[in-house]
Amino acid sequence: MASLRDIKSRITSTKKTKQITKAMQMVSAAKLNRAEMNAKSFVPYMEKIQEVVGSIANGSSGVRHPMLESREVKKTGYVVITSDRGLAGAYNSSVLRHVYRTINERHNSTDEYAIIVAGKVGLSFFKKRGMPVVESIVGLSDQPSFADIKDIASRTVGMFEDGAFDELYLYYNHYVSAIQQDLTEKKLLPLTNIETGGGKSLASYEYEPSEEEILEVLLPQYAESLIYGALLDAKAAEHASRMTAMRSATDNADDLIGDLTLSYNRARQASITQELTEIVSGAAALE
Amino acid sequence: MNTLDVSVVTPDGPVYEGEAEMVSVKGTSGELGILPGHIPLVAPLTINAVRFKNGADTHVLAVSGGFVEVRPKQVTILAESAELPSDIDVERARAAKERAEQRLNQAKQDNVDFKRAELALKRAINRLDLAGK
Repeated sequence: MASLRDIKSRITSTKKTKQITKAMQMVSAAKLNRAEMNAKSFVPYMEKIQEVVGSIANGSSGVRHPMLESREVKKTGYVVITSDRGLAGAYNSSVLRHVYRTINERHNSTDEYAIIVAGKVGLSFFKKRGMPVVESIVGLSDQPSFADIKDIASRTVGMFEDGAFDELYLYYNHYVSAIQQDLTEKKLLPLTNIETGGGKSLASYEYEPSEEEILEVLLPQYAESLIYGALLDAKAAEHASRMTAMRSATDNADDLIGDLTLSYNRARQASITQELTEIVSGAAALE
Repeated sequence: MNTLDVSVVTPDGPVYEGEAEMVSVKGTSGELGILPGHIPLVAPLTINAVRFKNGADTHVLAVSGGFVEVRPKQVTILAESAELPSDIDVERARAAKERAEQRLNQAKQDNVDFKRAELALKRAINRLDLAGK
């Protein structure tokens, strides 16, 4: 049996860990609220841009734009969104494991794909395995603004336009609720299936100066905002998943403290009993 | 009096909502004045000021990277960024302007950096113009 002092020090250290996990849980809960609000304020923009893109893409048959057409796939781009910090349960590992498996199934050599990664965890994962990371973004704030990711998003979309890759997939955790986050795989480019925001009042627009020129501006902006939307979603999922992980860590710490306190008390009683026996038997020997 | 419902939406949330008798924007092919009852229209915007006129009031916004969607009773501006003059960070815009000018002096023409610096300069000048009023 461990000594009294050993058990005591384990109890103190577990208590300290519990304090930390509890604080992290509360911080994540607050951040989750903010992230949820950010994701909400992004919705009107997304809906509107989707409506306009949809009505142009579906409204007239004659429009052609490289971003709307599938072409022969020589190289595939993967956008993977992870977090900068760990301690978020299965948040990062589930995305990374899935991407890693998918890439290994689809491709034989590293020339056939390129990875764009957000978050330190993902970056070091792919680097360690010698996979080609062409762009990365780390140190993103917990409430990213559009300007923060504008550069990387437009470079990514630009690479598709330049033919650096012929299709682009997006992987991230979709935020469902505080206890559920779903791994999501989305085909970002080419834009083959654009939903038309509920199909309400598809006005036939006049285009100034021309449809082609508008698509030229609109489609990259649309693709960039899809990336930004995924990022906001992923941030909310990150905080939710960290919150859940920290809550279970706190609960586990509670259990552990309970068990340890029990064995501490047993050990204490045993040592008192032993002492008493010694005194009594010592006194008996003197008589 | 006929008015238009106006809203300006960016990825970071709605910036402005209100009514206006006339909306004046600058598209890639020139200035557009939009009055109530306009036919549905979509037009990309240049980095410039957008004006909403309502009676004696005129509201101005600095808009960059966006387009305007017009319906008979509604005008929506979707932009990558949009700011009211009171929200403009003059110091930041001034720094951005200097940075962009430096880069323009260094960079050779026709590469991506040059274009980006040019855009950055336009945005900074646009912001400074509006904030100065």
